[in-house]
Amino acid sequence: MSDSSLFQSLMHSLGLGHSDFNGGIHPPMHKITAAQASEVSPMPPVLIVPLKQHIGEACIPLVQIGDHVYRGQKIARADAYVTASIHAPTSGKVVKIEDHRIPHPSGMGLPCMFIEPDGHDTIDPACLPIVNWRENDPDLLRERIRQSGIVGLGGAAFPTFIKLLRDRHHPVHTVILNGIECEPYLTNDHRLMLENTRQVIEGMQILMHVVQAQKAIIAIEDNKPDAAEAINACLSKQRLDLTVEVRLMPTRYPQGSEKQLIESLTGKQIPAGKLPLHVGVLCQNIGTTKAVYDAIAEGIPLTERMVTVSGDAVPKPKNLRVRIGTPMRFVFAQCGLEDFDDIQILHGGPMMGEKLRSADIPIVKSSTGILAMHTATMQSVHKHEDPCIRCGHCSIVCPIHLVPNLLADHCRNNQFDKAEDYHLFDCIECGCCSYVCPSNIPLVHYFRYGKGQLAQLTRERRFADESKARSEQRERRIERENADKAARRQRVRAETKPVLDGKNSTENDGDAS
Amino acid sequence: MAILSLGGFALVAGIILAIATRAFHIEGDPIADKIEDMLPQTQCGQCGYPGCRPYAEAVASEVAEINNCVPGGERTMIAIADLMGVEPKAIEAEEAIPMIAFVREDECIGCTLCIKACPVDAIVGAPKQYHTIITDHCTGCTLCIDPCPVDCIDMLQKPELIEHWSWPLPDTQRSRIGHQRRESHQHV
Repeated sequence: MSDSSLFQSLMHSLGLGHSDFNGGIHPPMHKITAAQASEVSPMPPVLIVPLKQHIGEACIPLVQIGDHVYRGQKIARADAYVTASIHAPTSGKVVKIEDHRIPHPSGMGLPCMFIEPDGHDTIDPACLPIVNWRENDPDLLRERIRQSGIVGLGGAAFPTFIKLLRDRHHPVHTVILNGIECEPYLTNDHRLMLENTRQVIEGMQILMHVVQAQKAIIAIEDNKPDAAEAINACLSKQRLDLTVEVRLMPTRYPQGSEKQLIESLTGKQIPAGKLPLHVGVLCQNIGTTKAVYDAIAEGIPLTERMVTVSGDAVPKPKNLRVRIGTPMRFVFAQCGLEDFDDIQILHGGPMMGEKLRSADIPIVKSSTGILAMHTATMQSVHKHEDPCIRCGHCSIVCPIHLVPNLLADHCRNNQFDKAEDYHLFDCIECGCCSYVCPSNIPLVHYFRYGKGQLAQLTRERRFADESKARSEQRERRIERENADKAARRQRVRAETKPVLDGKNSTENDGDAS
Repeated sequence: MAILSLGGFALVAGIILAIATRAFHIEGDPIADKIEDMLPQTQCGQCGYPGCRPYAEAVASEVAEINNCVPGGERTMIAIADLMGVEPKAIEAEEAIPMIAFVREDECIGCTLCIKACPVDAIVGAPKQYHTIITDHCTGCTLCIDPCPVDCIDMLQKPELIEHWSWPLPDTQRSRIGHQRRESHQHV
């Protein structure tokens, strides 16, 4: 493997061969649910909707306990810029608002809204589709996407409208639909491409209209030829005048990572700290594109998503269309799993997903899949970490050209400034290095530790600077007040007792002499 | 001839140096500035100095010990030791969990004494009005506790936010050993 990778990277650096990202691995794919049609999950007895499901600021509830809500009604408002509002997943009654565990590795909780479905699933009458979106102003469509609470459904949950910003200096010429889905087990985008082909393509056209792009590429990994066929068939039926290209990409993890995919497709590397926008590209996940279609052409905000329920402990793995807020225990029960003894739950794929501590956690916008694994298969191999033998496999597979073994050393030894010099924050935590490490070093875990500690240091530094500024301001204010007081005193003295003052000064003169 | 040329050279160099000191003159004490940047700026006075700046100046002029900053903890002490080129010293006080002050508003009489005591202006209020603490600004220095005549200020544990949670070190033997070795190295 290393030989071929070395050869590839050599070819790449010489500018020969097709463009491709560096490194990557070929884990067993386990796409057991790929051939099965998705099902619609029934409504659970209670929906638990976290008031923060995205990267950014938390939302403020707009409804009160006891209120009746419609499906698609906005139940939490977003004030900050990097944020997305939350909508009621179905019609029903708000029973309580309190802290509940969310899918997060800490196992901590956040305020969640508990909604009891009334069984009618009535859509909010205020949700109206924008039928003639082609004649509409792109900014209006972007605002609708913002109001519909759409975030990246590939797992990162970054608010979508921010990516749709039109920048005069960086016009977007190409929209890339990311249908790679390189994580093992996950097949939700695959099923969407097969079952909702028309909606996905219209969603893509909406995105192209919003950013005024002329070209689109639909990238699909070559283990999903049926999806490419379906999309090609739909495209030729619609006779699109826009240039749309379906590209089959070699199956290699992490092909679906945004920056890696753009490098593979365009040959352009996105510099550290820059966005796809800066190379004129907009990259959207298939699920997100479908959500954009729903929000514009159907008028329904993001209230439902496709979730892959899989893993070797699930008797009947399948793809389910699940309302946001459905408890995972309920979702697993649809697939025949009810007993969670000796079973570990992963939120997301096996490479980048996070282990959850309980099944009583709701599905959120970023839940691409939930996997239940027997503890024996998950078996923490990383408990037995051996010394690094400097084989260099981690550097070969790293898609960002980092040196994972050195980075891990720096993180382990709390030399965070050095880790930052080695570009710790460019790590996308894809897990390739941990996967190939013959010494079982949990490299990504060290990077997460290092990133967390560095973020903590930065926060403390900022707080110290602010405190210092406030303290200095206070000192200046006190000084000014004292000076004012002294001046006033002097003035009053000078006005009231000029004679006595004169006498005093002569006395003083006498003392001095 | 040799004396003349060397003497002349020394004179020229002297003039250049004299000009350079004028041109690149630095106000204040650069070491004190650096130390001050390392301190947590709680302005709590636990070091025995009336604020972070005076303590930084005292450390820079080697009047004060490097291990007196309690909220800064071991990390700050080690950073100062590195900068000053001295051996690290253990901190006597135990490292405290981050706290913030909280005013029980129904007991507050609005005397403004705590407002005057707060070194970072983190308390809002006016005479005969309830006072309250801006939790985002509170450094947990406890300087407001003593002046309060009705004892209505509590120190509460700072709430842990999910956004501020960070991954612990991996739970492997090697990571533990590495960490222990580093810790013992620092205490020597």
